[in-house]
Amino acid sequence: MMDMPFLKDVLIPPLLEGLVVTLKLIICSIPFGFVTGILIATGRVYGNRYISFLCKVYVIIFKGCPLLMLLFIIYFGLPSLGISFSPFCAAVIGFVICNGAYNSEYIRGAIQSVKYGQMRAALALGMTMRQAIMNIILPQAMRRAVPGISNEIIYLIKYSSLAYMLTCIELTGAGKIVASRYFKFTFVFMVIGFIYLMLVTIASKLLGMLEKKLEIPGLIK
Amino acid sequence: MKTEDNLILKVEDIHKSYGNTEVLKGVSFEVKKGETKVFIGPSGTGKSTLLRCINQLTLPDSGRVWLHGEEVTHSGKNINIYRQKMGMVFQNFNLFDHLTALKNVEISLIKVRGMKKKEATEKALEELKQVGMEAQAGLYPAELSGGQAQRVSIARALAMDPDVMLFDEPTSALDPELTGEVLEVMKKLALGGMTMLVVTHEIGFAYSVANEIIFMEKGRILESGPPQKLVNNPRFERTKQFLSRLSELYKLGDEK
Ligand SMILES: Nc1ncnc2c1ncn2[C@@H]1O[C@H](COP(=O)(O)OP(=O)(O)OP(=O)(O)O)[C@@H](O)[C@H]1O
Ligand SMILES: [Mg+2]
Repeated sequence: MMDMPFLKDVLIPPLLEGLVVTLKLIICSIPFGFVTGILIATGRVYGNRYISFLCKVYVIIFKGCPLLMLLFIIYFGLPSLGISFSPFCAAVIGFVICNGAYNSEYIRGAIQSVKYGQMRAALALGMTMRQAIMNIILPQAMRRAVPGISNEIIYLIKYSSLAYMLTCIELTGAGKIVASRYFKFTFVFMVIGFIYLMLVTIASKLLGMLEKKLEIPGLIK
Repeated sequence: MKTEDNLILKVEDIHKSYGNTEVLKGVSFEVKKGETKVFIGPSGTGKSTLLRCINQLTLPDSGRVWLHGEEVTHSGKNINIYRQKMGMVFQNFNLFDHLTALKNVEISLIKVRGMKKKEATEKALEELKQVGMEAQAGLYPAELSGGQAQRVSIARALAMDPDVMLFDEPTSALDPELTGEVLEVMKKLALGGMTMLVVTHEIGFAYSVANEIIFMEKGRILESGPPQKLVNNPRFERTKQFLSRLSELYKLGDEK
């Protein structure tokens, strides 16, 4: 079963290349997904009725639509409207849209869990609504949303493999090519599975540390 | 509108309904510079609603509020300027949970007044000192006792150099042994010339500090007057009943 030369010379080099693409996909998607989540959640809670409605529609559509379908629309569908992206960009856009929709749900819940007294106190000091949201509400809400957003990042790591369906050769795609050529599916995918497991473990650890670091002293959850 | 120079706040015929219930049924009063007015009255009478109508955290259905002769109601975006001039202290403190005591005081100086960080820190520490909380400047709200938290929230409001302070039952959420330290700070403020509107059931405080006690019932001011007169010689039976219940609970004339 263990075939060292195959592993070292044939499998690892393309997997490493694929891993780099996977990491790029994830690292590009996380910040935009994060910001999208904040914007959509804030728009939904504090926006006027039209903005709030639009944000709600966004969430309903992109939470309900299978990610793969969304990716196909972006990569294969939009070019017919004259908008085309590289496979990598199309994948990142799809991930950001989807990740942002889910993040916004966690953030919205977190915003609503901040007691209204906090807003009241901020306004009473003469802050504008915007200042109160930026300086008082969101900093508290984001801390509460960290566990949820962390989960979404973990999902993102795993569903980044869907980029392969857009011919963006990331970790899974790179492995698939090797596996098909040498007909070693079980072994190759076990190695890939192990790499994802490592990625997820490292990410969980880092996110756990972040959560700990953001904890407010004296506050028992 | 032209006003007497020493008139700070004028509240005129405030009405407010929630759904079909009229919570405030036309409340008017005036406050002169340096005065302390204490509002008392049964639960659900609209005292909190009244205070919130003054700084427009709650929008009254009708009626007007003036600060220094400038209309606060219908002031649009300027409301943020008037709110800076009207400090508010809440029953539940409402300190910003994610900020230390110092930053709680600092943040509005930086964000609202546009002060430099260093200058804001200095002023914030000075305000904390005024309420005896400079030693706890680095602690978070969850690490403070109720009395300490309330003193920080008073410092936070004072930092904006308000013309008038609105207190909504500042000691009601505190253990009895902690009310004293907050009342003391308030008393010091009042004696220092701060203009204050205080909703409280601490009748001892009202008796010794207030220029006027206002008894509210069912959304109206039933009667008002200097503490001695209102306590010893109320016009209405209702006032008398209410005061005697309060005195039982809070000990009249108890020097805190
Ligand atoms: N946001 C709101 N929505 C609906 N009803 C409200 C709201 N705020 C206050 N009320 C109602 O208005 C009435 C007056 O409330 P308010 O809090 O002003 O009374 P209060 O005199 O401060 O009472 P307490 O001494 O209990 O604090 C109450 O019947 C309350 O239920
Ligand atoms: Mg009240």
